[in-house]
Amino acid sequence: MSDQSVTIEGATCAPPLPHNEQIVMGHGAGGRMSHQLIQKAFLPAFDNPALRAGDDAASLESNLHHAQRLAISTDAHVVTPLFFPGGDIGRLAVCGTVNDVAMLGAKPLYLTAGFILEEGLPMETLQRVIASMKSAAEEAGVQIVAGDTKVVQKGKADGLYITTAGVGVVRAGAKIGGAQAKADDVVILSGSLGDHGIAVLGARGELGFQSAIQSDVAPLNHLIEAMLDASNNIHVLRDPTRGGLATTLNEIATQSNVGILLDETALPIRPEVGAACEMLGFDPLYIANEGKLVAMVAREDAESVLKAMQATRYGEDACIVGEVTDAPRGRVLLKTALGSTRVVDMLSGEMLPRIC
Amino acid sequence: MKYVTEYRDAELVKGVIEEIRRTITRPWTLMEICGGQTHAIVRHGIDQLLPPRIELVHGPCCPVCVTPLELIDKALAIASQPDVIFCSYGDMLRVPGSSQDLFSVKAQGGDVRVVYSPLDAVALAQQNPEKQVVFFAIGFETTAPPNVMSVLQAQHLGLKNFSILVSHVRVPPAIKAILSSPHNRVQGFLLAGHVNAVMGYWEYPPLVDEFKIPMAVTGFEPLDIVQGILAAVELLEAGKVEIANAYQRAVTLQGLKSAQAAINKVFMECDRKWRGIGMIPMSGWCLRPEFDFFNAEKRFNVEAMHADESPLCIAGSILQGLKKPHDCSAFGRQCTPESPLGATMVSSEGACAAYYKYGR
Repeated sequence: MSDQSVTIEGATCAPPLPHNEQIVMGHGAGGRMSHQLIQKAFLPAFDNPALRAGDDAASLESNLHHAQRLAISTDAHVVTPLFFPGGDIGRLAVCGTVNDVAMLGAKPLYLTAGFILEEGLPMETLQRVIASMKSAAEEAGVQIVAGDTKVVQKGKADGLYITTAGVGVVRAGAKIGGAQAKADDVVILSGSLGDHGIAVLGARGELGFQSAIQSDVAPLNHLIEAMLDASNNIHVLRDPTRGGLATTLNEIATQSNVGILLDETALPIRPEVGAACEMLGFDPLYIANEGKLVAMVAREDAESVLKAMQATRYGEDACIVGEVTDAPRGRVLLKTALGSTRVVDMLSGEMLPRIC
Repeated sequence: MKYVTEYRDAELVKGVIEEIRRTITRPWTLMEICGGQTHAIVRHGIDQLLPPRIELVHGPCCPVCVTPLELIDKALAIASQPDVIFCSYGDMLRVPGSSQDLFSVKAQGGDVRVVYSPLDAVALAQQNPEKQVVFFAIGFETTAPPNVMSVLQAQHLGLKNFSILVSHVRVPPAIKAILSSPHNRVQGFLLAGHVNAVMGYWEYPPLVDEFKIPMAVTGFEPLDIVQGILAAVELLEAGKVEIANAYQRAVTLQGLKSAQAAINKVFMECDRKWRGIGMIPMSGWCLRPEFDFFNAEKRFNVEAMHADESPLCIAGSILQGLKKPHDCSAFGRQCTPESPLGATMVSSEGACAAYYKYGR
């Protein structure tokens, strides 16, 4: 690739569309466009060390006993439909924030919830969502201690939106974050990829066929406690939500300035999720998960961490999917089933189904 | 995933590659005509495993990449109108027109929807009688049967609010254009098996004879692709100028007669501009006059819209196999999937997007 080699042989094409003028759906897809929005719009205005760390939760100093650190996070939830196989917006709203807090090695304790309700929303729908939040909070062992409600006119919202915030206490001694991955760490995934994204697509009727795929939405804090009990050498924990595993690993590779090498044959993908992706032209590496985590763990502790994970409800299918490498820094590579290697890039904008 | 996993078996693929290695005695330049095959080749890393004497050049047959600029502008004009539901295959939303893309139109309030099948658009027309529903009917021979079925179905249902914006292209005239170019260096073709599944491969012997070039009907899974390459190399090494069918589980010589009949009932051949390449005579399909009622260009009076492309990238040379994405100074710098300079970077089937995504 050299600047001199370009000759234009009658070729033509259109000018770029960076979408700097207005928000488009791709800004919310969790991929590179979302990152650029954060880098260009939010970070310059709010800049501080906790935010700059770039994790899904902030780790803050406190005056608590033993100077334990606080983990704090917030997450806004919009999903269509509100109820889908395996979950609903309420369970999503609780688990999303619980998981973001827990990924710093913290024990989530309290949540707040803000509701934006659309005029005309059936009370029964709201009550089902509240019941689901109650049950998810009980499962996670957190309390919802404050909240707010706003109602907007019919047509100004899609049923209801929920924003939750959460606070937890970081386990003493834990130094876990996206920047902590180290060369030779082992990459562990807690279970199958893409279940949530495909379940929601199916519930929207967008698959064009019936499927039994269930969302994996779940609170992962108990799984993480088991992992932390098994090892003091867990360096990174992250839940691969929007943008999928590919995007999450690219974030970590950049934050930690390391390479990551995945083994295609080790990636756990349910046959029905794989088949749906084949038919629609999606790649499971880019599909959202809501009850999975990826961990970078020192190689000597990998076996014990794996065993601890497999003994828990949401880690039964945990497996090693790759390793952290020295080079190429900031890049995720995948060793294909055929033995060749290719780059796994971040999701760019909105994930689009392919034409054929 | 029966019929997929079997064709990704690493040992079988390596066995065929070994056979290619045993067969080949000198360098050959092959073109995989279809963008879907380009993606499969780089996604599975097949190019890294082939003997270096095989050079694969990437063909122009990505329906998203070659959709002409003015058709995109027409789509944007129609989609911007009130009371229109504009339906499209997903990848088209990102393709830039002269000043906007469908994402922008959507952000400004246009009702732009991604559908998986044109029949979903017909269903939307039934459900929304007060709206005009337009389907962006792009693609090669592969998407032609469902696209024409949407018209026949709308006609059958007596729908007054359904139309299609047609930008159909065909593979054989593209191959002819490539082979007619003085710059051509392609010595053998891997044909697009999905196109041949519909059309058969009876259209190709005249091209083989005229240009004295062998072709192999090739599928899309790793094993299919290496078998297609092996078939092409065997023909080249033996000096045979003919067509081999390396995708027999899906393709027959005659193809699907019923699908071809439906296409011929609704479409007729016409000249078509290819983005980045230019006009290729009789390389497209458009609606027959008797189906004018379903022609969105006429219904929305955008027929006269004209747009010229500005010379910014080398997409055209890449689409013609003259250059590789790396040859472009903008590749991966000014030109990325988030901010594409050219259509080959826009589409998931485009060669530049494949190179970028899979790190070539």
